[in-house]
Amino acid sequence: MEPKKEKTREPQTWANRIHEVFKSHGITQVSYVPDAGHSRLIQLCRDDHDLRTVVLTTEEEGVALATGAWLGGQRSVLLMQSSGVGNCINMFSMIRECRIPFFTVITMRGEKGEFNPWQFPMGRNAGKHLKLCGFEIERVEKSTETQQVIDQVAQQVFMNSSMGAVLLSQQMIGVKTFKDE
Amino acid sequence: MNEPGKRSLNYPLRRREVVQELLKSREGLLVVAGLGAPAWDATASGDHPLTFPLWGGMGGAVSIGLGLALAQPDQRVLVITGDGEMLMGLGSLSTVGLQQPKNLAVVVLDNEHFGETGMQTTHTAGSVNLAEIARASGISSSWTVRESSEISTTREKLLHEEGPLFCGIKVRAETLPLVLPPKEGEILQKRFRNALMNENGD
Repeated sequence: MEPKKEKTREPQTWANRIHEVFKSHGITQVSYVPDAGHSRLIQLCRDDHDLRTVVLTTEEEGVALATGAWLGGQRSVLLMQSSGVGNCINMFSMIRECRIPFFTVITMRGEKGEFNPWQFPMGRNAGKHLKLCGFEIERVEKSTETQQVIDQVAQQVFMNSSMGAVLLSQQMIGVKTFKDE
Repeated sequence: MNEPGKRSLNYPLRRREVVQELLKSREGLLVVAGLGAPAWDATASGDHPLTFPLWGGMGGAVSIGLGLALAQPDQRVLVITGDGEMLMGLGSLSTVGLQQPKNLAVVVLDNEHFGETGMQTTHTAGSVNLAEIARASGISSSWTVRESSEISTTREKLLHEEGPLFCGIKVRAETLPLVLPPKEGEILQKRFRNALMNENGD
């Protein structure tokens, strides 16, 4: 689905902050399956010639891509929405077994205000699934917390070769309404 | 077993010999070997720190190769996988087609069977042509090989022509002795990085 032009509920400075943190941690490959909530961050990464952005056909490709990037000496991040977590689960076995540092930033669907009920099952359980797969997870509720949380999780992932996910709450990113605005 | 499934029992190319030829005097070649028989074939040609053999992650071999190729643009990356593994990750061919990595080559050892799970036929025994899918995904240098006379030119192309490249190699459906690489994923990734970047340990 083509993401609609975001009407700015508040200036999406959190996207700029995340982009800055990616840079400060030496991340050079950014893979994604689009989400409206990630659209500004994706655009910032695409416009940055020091980052290689890779649009995927499905999220588990991004897990494998991160493995290859790490083998080749590069750090990467996967941007996806909560429904994508379900697509990745078997591939997460590989990064766990191979101890590949893996970092993902997830925009949440299926939370308060969600219009599409088919988003609820993964929205409610993405965090639990990630934990079962071996992830450390942190949630961000307020845009002012974004930079600190992303920075901490990235630090942990790349210093300790661990699996880390930051979940951005639907309230923070703005609920998708499917109405013409 | 149905007729299309029997056809590959008589294909002239033998997978171990093909891989042996592809990996001879490999120098700086970086290899990702898909789970199952391709990983055993690569190991039969000599366990090597710059081979990353997969014990899982089915459908991910090409994406691993892409991440590696983007990270190491001056090194040739060769993905060797099977038809079953490739079929699970067909979308990754689209992603490669879009990224156009010049240093990535993909070889599918296509025996038209799921060899590790009881030799059931795959889609390639019937209607599916992987090289055509790769071409239509934007990998314009995609071709199929069936004869041993084609292998040495195929090797030259895979290792030296501008990528991305895709070669489907029709190989005989046969069950061969297992030649297993180390199983510990953490060791496999660390020894790969050590060999590539002269890291020491952690």
